[in-house]
Amino acid sequence: MATDSQLEIWEVFMQSKSGANYIHAGSVHASDKRMALQNARDTYTRRGEGTSIWVVPATAIVASDPNDSEMLFDPANDKIYRMPTFYTMPEGAKAI
Amino acid sequence: MELLKHSEEENEESLKHFEEKIERGDSIEPRDTMPEAYRKHLIRQMSQHAHSEVIGMQPEGNWITRAPSLRARQILLAKIQDEGGHGLYLYSATETLGISRDEMIAQLHAGKAKYSNIFNYPALTWADIGAIGWLVDGAAIVNQVSLQRTSYGPYSRAMVRICKEESFHQRQGYEIMTKMIRGTSEQQQMAQDAMNRWWWPSLMMFGPHDSESPHTGDAFRWRIKRHSNDELRQKFIDKTVQQAEVIGLTIPDEDLKWNEEKGHYDHGPIDWDEFYRVITGNGPCNRQRIAHHKKVHDDGAWVRIAAAAYRERIKKQNDNQ
Amino acid sequence: MTEKEALFSYCLRLGDDALIHSYRLSEWCRNAPMLEEDLALTNFALDLTGRARALLTYAGEIEGKGRTEDDLAYRREERHYFNNLICELPKGDFATTIVRLLFTATQEHLFYSELTHSQDGTLAAIAAKTVKEAQYHMVHASDWVRRLGLGTEESHERLERAIDELCPYTGEMFETDKVVAVLQDKNIAVDNAAIRSNWKTYIEDILREVGVMVPGSQHMQTGGRKGIHTEYMGHILTEMQYLQRTYPDATW
Repeated sequence: MATDSQLEIWEVFMQSKSGANYIHAGSVHASDKRMALQNARDTYTRRGEGTSIWVVPATAIVASDPNDSEMLFDPANDKIYRMPTFYTMPEGAKAI
Repeated sequence: MELLKHSEEENEESLKHFEEKIERGDSIEPRDTMPEAYRKHLIRQMSQHAHSEVIGMQPEGNWITRAPSLRARQILLAKIQDEGGHGLYLYSATETLGISRDEMIAQLHAGKAKYSNIFNYPALTWADIGAIGWLVDGAAIVNQVSLQRTSYGPYSRAMVRICKEESFHQRQGYEIMTKMIRGTSEQQQMAQDAMNRWWWPSLMMFGPHDSESPHTGDAFRWRIKRHSNDELRQKFIDKTVQQAEVIGLTIPDEDLKWNEEKGHYDHGPIDWDEFYRVITGNGPCNRQRIAHHKKVHDDGAWVRIAAAAYRERIKKQNDNQ
Repeated sequence: MTEKEALFSYCLRLGDDALIHSYRLSEWCRNAPMLEEDLALTNFALDLTGRARALLTYAGEIEGKGRTEDDLAYRREERHYFNNLICELPKGDFATTIVRLLFTATQEHLFYSELTHSQDGTLAAIAAKTVKEAQYHMVHASDWVRRLGLGTEESHERLERAIDELCPYTGEMFETDKVVAVLQDKNIAVDNAAIRSNWKTYIEDILREVGVMVPGSQHMQTGGRKGIHTEYMGHILTEMQYLQRTYPDATW
């Protein structure tokens, strides 16, 4: 038996123009996917901000633990050989 | 949202991280460990902010069907709709702290959560729609611009979006006031009357004087609040006086005068008795506002229940396939 | 009846439909069952107000007496408004609003799709914009009809009651008369009767899907296109025209 609630939370991702990344815009409440999509449309595109929307049930998102951030992210800090500026190119070489 | 935990750090260690982050000016995110008092303070402030947006739809909503032109109807609808949207952004941001929208609404109905006092005043004429946009939104924007840099990430992000969207609200209010002050003598009287009634309550929106404000200490230390009540109030007065002068409205304060030395306007005493009278439930519209919100909530229950039941039905159908 | 007179009437009718229906939708602003739905219904009210502005402005231009959109929206007598009656019926509960939206938006989607081919360039342009809005309104209303129809016993009953109440007001949307005939001859107007069967099919399909009896043929209320309204209309005008009537010399 369904009871009264403000329905479930969905996270909304918007593409602002064709070809752009989808960026988290916020959330809406809804009971089903069609409602979630429409609510996202009516909430987050009032000023023509979007060309495409994704909605995801908030419960489906898995987040990293902030306490793990050193373990997860610090090891990438010294991989400077992944940056193009790490390499010395000979004078005069073009288009590289 | 599920949190994938790999390690169990000491709570004390995490709290140290929190203090360091605050110190560095980094933003605090929902999954970060935070002191319980910080979380509580945010829930109180943010839910109050969300409720204010939603309750604030009522005084203006009172004029939708009487808007005097089709352009005015559109603008007013769009503005009130924005306020609903902003309430929604703020409820969502508050939910990241582990409280549901249902709980927040229940707190509002039980009188445990507050909303901005200003919305306990009635919108009596069309000029009030101008005054609300110009003065009330003008005051709110001063506060919200300051909150864009608040320490809690979701709150700050909501504020950035809200400030961007609200930039037209104050302008439309000022435009209404301008049109009325340039209109018939009846319109001029309406405009000045609205100014007289909304000016002081607008100043009260910034809250008690710094010397009287009980929550200020922690809020500053945690960088939730970036400017004091009096600082923000002064900022609002300084910019609004000039705007009133340009269109020929009189600010209902005989003591108002420019203080060359301070570089600010001095203003007369605020009637804090009125402020506390309204905040404790005895303003002109306190009961009406909450009763209306409750009625809408109750009237909508069958729709929300139907939506949830429909989802269950669809889910069952899919499971059986 | 000249073509000009017919076109003026035609634009007033379509403009008044949008004007009065948007008034009813705007009554939901701050009153909807969910904050999200509040924004949605207000969006629809905004779409319809925009459409009313375009059509009434054009009506004023055709008439050529210098009347603006607001002169037409706020300064007419009740007998000179020509909206379909379904637009002016009280806001009712959420089911009433959704059913009204389903009935009108489905008709509008079909109607304005046809009107994009109008020989009248302005009407065709207004139609091109409107058809997208109407399609979204139709989708939104259809989804809610499913939720209410297949939700709970109470929602099903409320939906049924709303359909029962509003059905007698759907006939007007397909009426035709001299105004339409004159303009149809010039390929300006849409053949209202021709879209009826598609409308009926869509509505019957969705009602069958949610197990609501499709009302059989019954007496249809009429009068709006002749300016003969329900008792509700006077109250709408009293409120809507309040400022314009009280302060006739003011500009807003």
